Amino acid sequence: MDALLLQVLNGLDKGSAYALIALGLTLIFGTLGVVNFAHGALFMLGAFCAVTMQRILTLSYEVVDETRTDFLGNPLKVDVPYVQSWFGDSVGGGIIDWAVPISLLMAVPVMIFVGFAMERGLIKHFYKRPHADQILVTFGLAIVLQEIIKYFYGANPIPTPAPDAFAGSFDFGAMLGMQAGSIIYPYWRLVYFFFALAIIGGVFAFLQFTTFGMVVRAGMADRETVGLLGIDIDRRFTIMFAIAAVVAGLAGVMYAPINSPNYHMGMDFLVLSFVVVVVGGMGSLPGAVAAGFVLGILESFASMAEVVAFLPGINQIIIYLVAIIILLTRPRGLMGRKGVMED
Amino acid sequence: MLGLNRKDSLLFVVVICLTMFAPFLLNPFPEGSELAQFNAGYPDLMQRFVIFGIFAIGFNILFGLTGYLSFGHAAFLGVGSYAGVWMMKLLTMNVIPAILISVVVAGLFSVLVGYISLRRSGIYFSILTLAFAQMSFSLAYSVLTPITNGETGLQLSLNDPRILGVSEVDGSIPPANLFGLSMRDSTELAMGNWLFTFNVGYYLSAVVMLIAFYVAIRIFRSPFGMMLRAVKSNQQRLNYTGLNTKPYTLAAFVISGMYAGLAGGLMVAMDPLAGAERMQWTASGEVVLMTILGGAGTLIGPILGAGFIKYFENIFSKINESILHQWFAFLPDGLEDALVFMVYPFIGKGWHLTLGIMFMLVVIFLPGGLVEGGQRLGRLFRRRRKTDTKPGAGATEPAE
Amino acid sequence: MGLLEVKNVNKRFGGLQALGDVNLSVAENTVHAIIGPNGAGKSTLLNCLVGKLIPDTGSVMFDGQSVLGRKPHEINQMGISRVFQTPEIFGDLTVLENVMIPCFARRDGAFKLHAFETVMNEAEIVDMAEAMLTDVRMIEKRDVHAGSLSRGDKRRLEMAMCLVQQPKLLLLDEPTAGMARADTNNTIDLLKEIKASRPITMAIIEHDMHVVFSLAERITVLAQGTPLVEDTPENIKGHPKVQEAYLGQSHE
Repeated sequence: MDALLLQVLNGLDKGSAYALIALGLTLIFGTLGVVNFAHGALFMLGAFCAVTMQRILTLSYEVVDETRTDFLGNPLKVDVPYVQSWFGDSVGGGIIDWAVPISLLMAVPVMIFVGFAMERGLIKHFYKRPHADQILVTFGLAIVLQEIIKYFYGANPIPTPAPDAFAGSFDFGAMLGMQAGSIIYPYWRLVYFFFALAIIGGVFAFLQFTTFGMVVRAGMADRETVGLLGIDIDRRFTIMFAIAAVVAGLAGVMYAPINSPNYHMGMDFLVLSFVVVVVGGMGSLPGAVAAGFVLGILESFASMAEVVAFLPGINQIIIYLVAIIILLTRPRGLMGRKGVMED
Repeated sequence: MLGLNRKDSLLFVVVICLTMFAPFLLNPFPEGSELAQFNAGYPDLMQRFVIFGIFAIGFNILFGLTGYLSFGHAAFLGVGSYAGVWMMKLLTMNVIPAILISVVVAGLFSVLVGYISLRRSGIYFSILTLAFAQMSFSLAYSVLTPITNGETGLQLSLNDPRILGVSEVDGSIPPANLFGLSMRDSTELAMGNWLFTFNVGYYLSAVVMLIAFYVAIRIFRSPFGMMLRAVKSNQQRLNYTGLNTKPYTLAAFVISGMYAGLAGGLMVAMDPLAGAERMQWTASGEVVLMTILGGAGTLIGPILGAGFIKYFENIFSKINESILHQWFAFLPDGLEDALVFMVYPFIGKGWHLTLGIMFMLVVIFLPGGLVEGGQRLGRLFRRRRKTDTKPGAGATEPAE
Repeated sequence: MGLLEVKNVNKRFGGLQALGDVNLSVAENTVHAIIGPNGAGKSTLLNCLVGKLIPDTGSVMFDGQSVLGRKPHEINQMGISRVFQTPEIFGDLTVLENVMIPCFARRDGAFKLHAFETVMNEAEIVDMAEAMLTDVRMIEKRDVHAGSLSRGDKRRLEMAMCLVQQPKLLLLDEPTAGMARADTNNTIDLLKEIKASRPITMAIIEHDMHVVFSLAERITVLAQGTPLVEDTPENIKGHPKVQEAYLGQSHE
């Protein structure tokens, strides 16, 4: 029982990331009809927003601490972040500690800008080209974005810790009256899960309850008819692209403490997120979200020692295996609409 | 010639000349000169040119003709490599069985993957092939370690049986050979300041590539090739014309998988080891880049693309900051620094950035790749010449 | 017994009865038109004949064999060729290649791995295709990329591709849809010429009464998925039920 619960919990954070990326991919595919291979790179850019914010907040100047000496006996030079000297140790230190959540504020405008620039500058010209061309050009863009980040931040993962307040772990085992220590779950992962739920809820509410969202949903269902009604659907779709970029970016920001960001994290997630989209059903938003969580949890179950002992290597391939089976037996995916990209 | 029409024969002869004289052509700069770093006439790099050329030629048979974009072709290359190394471990260091088994195993594997993946088309096909390749990659790293030797990669050892050959020669592993002719053997020719290297391994790979290229030309000009182009053009019409598209696409898939296996086998023949990273999807992406960059659907494009990417990968990534400073040393200091600063991100380790940008530019502006670029230039040139001289000089079409 | 026998065919899409008890018999060497207002089930019926759709019940016999459950390419190999509403051709291939493909399909069947022959050395096929192109007066365009042809030429090419297979039955799905009057008349002339020059059975789905009455020897009127009447053009013209079906539609 506790082992099962642990696996569900373990699957949640990865599942959340899959769901958020897949949600963005689906928004873009459903509205613009574009297959965006650069979506993983947007996730990565988000994570590096967190890294950048952390670096900005810890910009420091050197002071000589006369009371201490370094190992050579010279007075010790200490780096003092500007933030800390401006706001005092406790407030300034607190701000630095909360770098990751603070960088959400930075990520939103950055991702909106990136999303707009991408759609207006590049993707727009590919609406009428074949899917293969869309895949290729966004694949090229992903390489470019990834290499730019590598140039500025290096190839190694950069640790980006969560605020101290979330550094600890729940002991679900003890809380639920089971053996203490049997289910240890870091606070931040739970934060990530609820954050993902909030974003997903926000996107759905936006689509469901605003006029803007209604038009977009109509456009997803039947683009031509909506165009005939004289509604400027293109502009709205540009905004949707930016929203999808923001969703991916925010997912990346909050994921930074879970896995230290590196330049190729986007690609790693992208391949799996595509599989998630396919399993959920191309063009189906609820499908993308559900499949994200289901596959995340499935992956975590497949990595249980008992399962691996029985079926070695299953944890490595479970997601792909599910995708292949789904594609062959139910090509439109779990929740895909009939007739959408079925062949 | 050999059942080719005049234009194709000409193209084939040109490619034969280029590959046979590559050790000269790729070493235009004298030894020890400033520009010697741009020479590409050393065996290791030349081998890579032709081996990746084979890989791209095969990929082009699938993607260029049918339009099915596979993102998992590296898996076949990887599987072929493993099979080749095993042949050298168990049987003999002669490269012929290793290369043959690579082709056969990759072919069988591609029948399986193709049969399933080709039940879907469009992006679904791309994602299915991607899923298969990633699966193979993950399995090679985990469960299949007894066969693949996991992260270390599969290598030869002194204890290998090699039942038709010898396990060791003078305490070391015998070199890969073709009936006794070692792949590593090279003859050097010094002419003045120039040094040319003729390597057995390169010439074997080059001959294999020429055969592969010849077969590809024949396929392109065959009724089978025409059907594949028809698949890309209008699958519905093909079905309603009484043709079953499935076996056609599957045959193209398997042929291109066998080409990938052949490339994998040759890699092993040149350097007897195999690692899982050869199967990763970035490796599949690379062959896509080569084909598109050169010109998908054209005969010579994939070879050009493979050569282009491998050349710049090697040369570009060798240039470092101090070399840049040397180049721009004639400029005033401030300007020199500024220029170095601007160029630096694109060279050395930044080579992939240049590659990505180039690739995007090609997809956006030049969907026909370098070949189309060449054709456009040719047309521009001819038009200008026509205005100068009399029209209709009967210029030959640029090679396709 | 006609060449094509459709018996009691039913097809439902969810709640919509697209075809209800359709019976149809197309006699050999005739031109048989199927007309009816929009949504009468004409296209559904056609798709049932070529294997794109499978009827819920009923039978479709062609030349004494059932076509039900066969794939489109198998049905074509039985001798049914189809012309689409918008011409379906191989836009990236040359006109000659477009016509050669159906020739290969006839000679070599649904699949042959002829990877080592050379297309242009297949003299028999090239001759057959060129003769066909001469027939439809397109031989001078043999090396043009089919995608760059005018719409009328595309239609002509598609017909050539179907005819070169010497089909027993040629299905035409609104062959003049969206054409200007002059093009329509050209198409009518082309079809008349085809009919006169060889033994062939045609089934035409058509909206344009001018086309129908110029060509058809038998006419079936379809309304709301069921055949209203089947008769000669002369009798159909004055038939009260037909006028009702069409007038009723025009009042909506």
